[in-house]
Amino acid sequence: MDRLLLALVVIIGVPAATVLYAWLVEQLLARLPDRVAKGLRPWLWIAPAMVLLLSFLVYPVIRTVVLSFMNANSTTFVGLENFRYTFTDSLMLSAFRNNLVWLLIFPPVVVTIALLIAVLADRVKYEGLVKAVVFIPMAISFVAAGVIWKLMYDYQPAGRAQTGTLNAFLMGIFPDFEPVAWLINYPINNAALIVIGLWMWTGFSTVILSAGLKGIPDELLEASRIDGANEFQIFRHITFPLLSSTIAVVLTTQVISVLKIFDIIYVMTNGNFNTDVIANIMYKQLFTFHHLGRASAIATVLLLLTIPVMIFNVRRFNVQEELR
Amino acid sequence: MESTAELEKPEVVRKEQNFLGNFVRRIPLHLVLILIIILWATPTFALLVSSFRPAREIATSGWWTAFEEPSQFSLDLYRQALTRQGMGRGFMNSLFIAIPATIVPIMAAAFAAYTFSWMNFPGRVLIFIIIIGLLVVPLQMTFVPVLQAYNRLGLTGTFPGIWLAHAAYGIPFAVYLLRNFIGGLPRDLFESATLDGATHFDTFFQIVLPLTVPAIASLVIFQFMWVWNDLLVALIYLGGFPAVAPMTVVIASQVSSLGANWQVLTASAFISMALPLIVFFGLQRYFVRGILAGAVKG
Repeated sequence: MDRLLLALVVIIGVPAATVLYAWLVEQLLARLPDRVAKGLRPWLWIAPAMVLLLSFLVYPVIRTVVLSFMNANSTTFVGLENFRYTFTDSLMLSAFRNNLVWLLIFPPVVVTIALLIAVLADRVKYEGLVKAVVFIPMAISFVAAGVIWKLMYDYQPAGRAQTGTLNAFLMGIFPDFEPVAWLINYPINNAALIVIGLWMWTGFSTVILSAGLKGIPDELLEASRIDGANEFQIFRHITFPLLSSTIAVVLTTQVISVLKIFDIIYVMTNGNFNTDVIANIMYKQLFTFHHLGRASAIATVLLLLTIPVMIFNVRRFNVQEELR
Repeated sequence: MESTAELEKPEVVRKEQNFLGNFVRRIPLHLVLILIIILWATPTFALLVSSFRPAREIATSGWWTAFEEPSQFSLDLYRQALTRQGMGRGFMNSLFIAIPATIVPIMAAAFAAYTFSWMNFPGRVLIFIIIIGLLVVPLQMTFVPVLQAYNRLGLTGTFPGIWLAHAAYGIPFAVYLLRNFIGGLPRDLFESATLDGATHFDTFFQIVLPLTVPAIASLVIFQFMWVWNDLLVALIYLGGFPAVAPMTVVIASQVSSLGANWQVLTASAFISMALPLIVFFGLQRYFVRGILAGAVKG
């Protein structure tokens, strides 16, 4: 009965409440003098979004910065102690190194593969199929992906029947191949985790790049073909430059998701075997060690790392506004 | 120009040469694309095949051997998954979480995007720039203070608690995308509506919202998938409350508690994928149009 009531709230109550809010706002404004209503209206219309942003993003960010200078249970000020831990602890240093590896490899590779798929698929009739197949992993949770990739990377000692797709495949092709424990052997386990990320995220980049590709006028490409340009020249001198702002957008989104990368590591290795990353250590500090100071310091460092991207986004927005 | 020589050839000859030449030249293209399809589909296909095998078979032989003796295929794992402690409830909890957590941020963001596009107020540009800045804030920055506040207010482990958190986290992207879209609607539309005496309520619900359907559909896809698939936010605000735990949390905890017997989860994993895939394919036709309006612009 309780659950039934909940279902009603979810399906009818919540949508109705959002409409009701706008209706109440306009009813209230209609009863006020015109001048007051005109000044008040924008604030009431953005209020729901602003209240949520202020209480769940703006205020917590400021508070976390403050907490990062406090001790484990936020009772005394400890100065830079938590940051000293963040930049000297050996686990943290290993996490920084792993995040850096992710950062250097993942975004460029994801965008290159996505661009390749978008450009190639654009030339065939089954483009929709290719894009759908590449996009499907986006719809899969990291938890389900964890099960999927356990099947791919599964390892049995040499001599036993292999149950993992990758080991069995490689042994089928190269008879001398020794099975590899992909998730345990360092540093190949980091590469194995990055491959999972590529599998999951290429679809997102492909869809966006492909949408950008459709925006390039066909006449332009036809004209260069008639002028004798080959496909590589067309890509190099026309498609790529025209797509550069879209590529920048996709690159920045990937840089951000790599800095925050958590789920893949949490599900596959939980940071064991030298695969830990910043976000996973922050989670452990918060829930295993209950050290709010350290958890906040790690989060603050993450925020600092995203500031260049933030500036890039705002600049890009300003340029766009001037073009409007 | 070199190409003029080719242009002067008789039409028929050129076409035949092109057809043969094209076909041969395009073989590598098709091979690469087919390879990509195989690479991307294999992991999911392996899961699908495995989920119809008995657990002890998954643990001792590869999924590809199943085709040698098809008699082993069974629905056992699905039966287990649906009856196992917490899975059915987890599925419903995921729905109870994802539906409001998709509707609330999109509506709130649509109100805000409408305001940013068509109303004038002091601080308009500055506030919008701050929202763009918030797009990249790591969620980790917010967990400690929000959790502390939730513990005081008794919102930890409740549905409204996670609805509000997901809604807030989804708003920056939703406002950004919708403002690009709504800001691009023709100005005459609003002027004529105002002249006809329409209130902002009417204009928003009768003119703006219907025209914004493509952008909203892509947002629904993104936000629904993000909430449905989320593990981190659910672990933080609902962790340790099995009664409200979504499917991701249920499966993740079973992955660790089952340890070496994770094979029985292949069916659960496949069930958890079904709904997002239905949403995606159902709304797909709006998807590219919606994205074009937002992310790609400029």
